[in-house]
Amino acid sequence: MRIAFLSDIHGNREALDAVIRHAERQSLDRFVFLGDLVGYGADPVYVVDRVARAIENGAVSLLGNHDAAAATGTIEGMNDYASAAIEWTHHELDDDSRALLLNMPMSAVDEDRLYVHSEASSPRSWQYITDSGSAERSLRATTQRLTFCGHVHKPQLYHMTPMKSPVLFVPQPGIGAPLVGNRKWLAVQGAVGQPRDHNPAAAYSILDTIRNELTYFRVPYDIETTAAKIHAAGLPKILAARLFIGR
Amino acid sequence: MTREALQTGSTIDGYLIGEKLHTGGMATLWRVTHPDIALPIVMKVPMILDGDDATVIVGFEMEMMLLPRLTGVHVPRCFGVGDYARQPYVVMEQIDGDSLFPLLEKSPLPIADVVSLAGKTAAALVDLHRQNVIHFDIKPSNIMLRKSGEVVFIDFGLSRHLQLPDLLEEEFHVPMGTGPYIAPEQVLQNRTDFRSDIFSLGVILYHLTTGERPFGFPQNVRGLRKRLWRDPVPPRKLNPETPPWLQEIILRCLEPDAGKRYPTAAQLLFDLQHPGEVKLTERAERLERDGLWTVTRRRLGWAGTAGSARQPETIAATSAPIVMAAVDLSEGMEQLADTLRINVQRVLATVPGVRLACVNVLKQNRVGINYSLDDEGRNIHVQRLVELKDWARPLNLERENVTFHVLEHTDPATSLIEYARSNHVDHILIGARGTGGLRRFMGSVSSQVVAEAPCTVTVVRVAQMADQDIDE
Repeated sequence: MRIAFLSDIHGNREALDAVIRHAERQSLDRFVFLGDLVGYGADPVYVVDRVARAIENGAVSLLGNHDAAAATGTIEGMNDYASAAIEWTHHELDDDSRALLLNMPMSAVDEDRLYVHSEASSPRSWQYITDSGSAERSLRATTQRLTFCGHVHKPQLYHMTPMKSPVLFVPQPGIGAPLVGNRKWLAVQGAVGQPRDHNPAAAYSILDTIRNELTYFRVPYDIETTAAKIHAAGLPKILAARLFIGR
Repeated sequence: MTREALQTGSTIDGYLIGEKLHTGGMATLWRVTHPDIALPIVMKVPMILDGDDATVIVGFEMEMMLLPRLTGVHVPRCFGVGDYARQPYVVMEQIDGDSLFPLLEKSPLPIADVVSLAGKTAAALVDLHRQNVIHFDIKPSNIMLRKSGEVVFIDFGLSRHLQLPDLLEEEFHVPMGTGPYIAPEQVLQNRTDFRSDIFSLGVILYHLTTGERPFGFPQNVRGLRKRLWRDPVPPRKLNPETPPWLQEIILRCLEPDAGKRYPTAAQLLFDLQHPGEVKLTERAERLERDGLWTVTRRRLGWAGTAGSARQPETIAATSAPIVMAAVDLSEGMEQLADTLRINVQRVLATVPGVRLACVNVLKQNRVGINYSLDDEGRNIHVQRLVELKDWARPLNLERENVTFHVLEHTDPATSLIEYARSNHVDHILIGARGTGGLRRFMGSVSSQVVAEAPCTVTVVRVAQMADQDIDE
């Protein structure tokens, strides 16, 4: 089976469309959305509709912190830019969309895989995975061999043997990494809609369960259009500017 | 881990287990057959030891990761790997040949044999390194020689693919390698340098040439560290038949500082194929080891970095390229030769570590006698060489970074392409005489080189006036 993992779309229609077009050329069986469909970007309605259709076709979609905030309109613990975007998004979404977001699960288990938006030991506290220590907390909290998550907007791949701390590998786009052996793997996804690893191209990955191989991809998209919509919506300008530099 | 013991006659994933061929320290090797595979194949299975020795497990994970991803004649063809949770294994072709290990007992070998084996192994390293893999355990027992003559590397348990996770990184806090062959930077636990394999090949060449190991067979880390400062006895002292150029090559491979070794296996192979072009330094003349004072100074120098691995930038296998300038020295083509030089200069200015091969073809008649001496008794070949060196003079290159070759051939394009292939040239720069219709119709040397060369080709032209008749 070939599974595409998309995380942190954040209402970015152009990035989502570019990624889906790219992914559909790779003979896929399933989409998994790892949370944060909305927040920051100017197309939350489009993105929720698109994912809702995918769910009807068998896709899995998880709740992210921005999804929960936008659905309920609570901005607790968010910075000014994020909360401005959440308030705007909350008013854009209709009741059905809000309900759909709130109905998404916090995590899901699929064969030997765990899907979750943030660090797995305490999903509701939305912790980031940024280093070996946080990766280890997440990996020790599950018995699944593979964990897929998002939230930090930087692609990272950790592998861990039972007696050691996890080791970070920065994935090389387009080169399949075999998830071999007698160890656990934690595949942190980059962001589709707001990359922060200094590469502005949209990030996603595909797992081939037969080959036991995970390939990270980067897909360039029309950032100018996305940025113009953010300006037109009256959202904070920095949310457009950061897309061009991937920060 | 509890697993079903494999035995002759049992079947796993469609492979019928045949006789056990070999039991090594880390793995057993079985002859197997599969209904879909006609070639002779073997299955390598890790030993199941008490407590599951971590080196065995991780080494086997690395092989399962790497072998299916490697291609070419210099690695065993891989047919499948087993699921780690059930029964880890690797199925690969059975190599029809022996390893270099038995040759150690017969060493010193005749110099011609050493050079031939060195060239074959260097060519295999070029291929491996171009796949972004550093072997890290190059030693005679891991080098097989096919009946058809090519070298095949086996055992990738310590290897690293620079684009894939390194499972051994931070896993072990001791140097990983084999005592006599391990490179100094490996002793310091740096796993990023392709030139570590070049060092190990140097150890093998030294042994085959002299009959002795350059750094003995140390049994502990303290003993391994000695190669950081203690230079080996010069090969010529142990085997006076060693030519100075071969000693130069061996001792350059064995430089403790990777920066002083050959930058790539391709450049090492180039020297092995052109002994007359090897730049001889003090290394070639050395007949004694360095004195106590020099050794002590070196030891103190390394002391500053002792204990921790120095982590230099990873050197890509494609850095320090071999660039070939195909120079047309015909009369009337001076402007084209100048334009070619300007373009070569641009490449040299932007790419570090370039080795430039200046090549000219002396066209031979297809039939009849080729006079090697002209009327004045001057050797045409030598004259061409002189002209080629004169062409390169304005580039102001150091002698070790440039070589000159006059090829004699009836077909210039074919000879240039063959040269590029056998010398693993990375980039050819060649002039095109014109763009006219007749030339397109008849076919030109440069267009054939573009079509058939195994590497990047830049075609250089003299800029033309708008109203210039472009057909010559």
